[in-house]
Amino acid sequence: MIEVEVLVVGAGPAGLAAAIAAREAGCSKVLILERDDAPGGILQQCIHPGFGLHRFKEELTGPEYAQRFIDRVNAENIPVQCRTMVLDISQDRKVTAVSPENGVQVFSAKAVVLAMGCRERPRGALMIPGTRPAGVYTAGTAQRLVNMEGLMPGKRVVVLGSGDIGLIMSRRMTFQGAKVLACVELMPYSSGLKRNIVQCLDDFGIPLLLSHTVTKIHGRERVEGVTVMRVDERRVPVPGSEQYFECDTLMLSVGLIPENELSLKAGVKLSPVTGGPEVDDSMQTGVPGVFACGNVLHVHDLVDYVSLESETAGRAAAAFALGGGAGDVKKIPVSDGFGVRGCVPQEISAAGSDDKVALSFRPAGVYRKAWWRVRSGDKVLHKQFAMILTPGESQRVELNRKLFEGLDGVVVEVVQSEEKQ
Amino acid sequence: MICIGCPMGCVLTVSRDGNGELQVEGATCGRGKAYGIKEMTAPERTVTALVRVEGCRQPLCVKTAKPVPKGKIFEVLESIKAVTAVPPVNIGDVVIPDVCGTGVAVVATRYVRRG
Repeated sequence: MIEVEVLVVGAGPAGLAAAIAAREAGCSKVLILERDDAPGGILQQCIHPGFGLHRFKEELTGPEYAQRFIDRVNAENIPVQCRTMVLDISQDRKVTAVSPENGVQVFSAKAVVLAMGCRERPRGALMIPGTRPAGVYTAGTAQRLVNMEGLMPGKRVVVLGSGDIGLIMSRRMTFQGAKVLACVELMPYSSGLKRNIVQCLDDFGIPLLLSHTVTKIHGRERVEGVTVMRVDERRVPVPGSEQYFECDTLMLSVGLIPENELSLKAGVKLSPVTGGPEVDDSMQTGVPGVFACGNVLHVHDLVDYVSLESETAGRAAAAFALGGGAGDVKKIPVSDGFGVRGCVPQEISAAGSDDKVALSFRPAGVYRKAWWRVRSGDKVLHKQFAMILTPGESQRVELNRKLFEGLDGVVVEVVQSEEKQ
Repeated sequence: MICIGCPMGCVLTVSRDGNGELQVEGATCGRGKAYGIKEMTAPERTVTALVRVEGCRQPLCVKTAKPVPKGKIFEVLESIKAVTAVPPVNIGDVVIPDVCGTGVAVVATRYVRRG
């Protein structure tokens, strides 16, 4: 049994930031376990620019953003044990892991930070009829093949889903000499960031087919084409709207799912809305001493906020490891109101060490010229106006903890502009 | 057009006023105004790409140190494709000093250790 103070599962942006924060908060024994060959997580394959505008006030690529944190981890001499797969976490924070170098290891941690990230929704989850040929990739897998393995998945590509990775990969495949025929989106709006729609599709004349979906995959050994149809308001394909695209590759960018198998083993309760653990504002899950941050908690748009959230988790994990936790404090529940999906955290501690409490959520639909607010009964703690709220762009605010004193619960909700504020 | 300066994605309308000056409507910050005018007059993009590495399967990722004219993207990509990097490489190492006469360098965005 190896004793550690703070054990971090995953060396992506969340794990790296949490480990650094735990060390800075005074923990000497911090350890990161990572299943890949090197730290950095999925950022290492995100070679496009656009990271760090909030954090570093400059536009970095994924590997550059990751390296800034890796450099700090190295400077602090925080060990990162790579090629190590965590198999089990118990409720009393015994962590079992396996690696080629060390075989099976059992760690006893005073606090655990879950930072496993998320994975992509695969073809199997979509139930697209047709054959099962080679050439169907999730966009992230294709991204790894192109950017890290130096391989090209195909030459004529249709992208299903307009998530950011699909948009980014539409541009990458175009840059690498492939022809991207269309990006097909089931919903009447894209879930990707605006700048990605502009710079990855519009710049290269790649059509974005909203309210369309792939209804059949053709080809026996290799994808030969796909049938695309328009869908009605109930997302049912409209007969007669069939279009055939001759292609050798279908790329899927249809959503990300927090990867929480380990969380469940540790007895952590998951939110049915975010797919990640339910946490308080220190990022502590329902299991004392187990914290979660980054995409394993809820899927983020911007890595800058992953870093911020993970620093909160790292600091709180350090405090728990060094002080044994705050004991029973009153928790104020946070609930989703109209137009709000998956507000994180789900609870706010009446007594927390940070002065600020960060709240973030994803709008449930598209709302133009709308307000969103944090309310407790008749008391409005915060409100802010947005020209547009869309599910593709999560909203975030930091509020003073004092505002929550004496409250029994808060609701986060969207208010359409017709209702006067 | 949609501003891409930040996740807000403001919808901009760029028009020419009576004096022939470009006017930007819809921007909520100075950056948006500048973007609107830039997109209409001389649009630029930062280009990221991959470079072969001698003795290594994993390609090296690179970027233009500054945005380059949008019309030159594919020319820039062709130039980058022709290059082979030799390890060791550090972040920020210059791969091409002046790509396609733009005056912009192409630099490495990842470390590559010696074979």
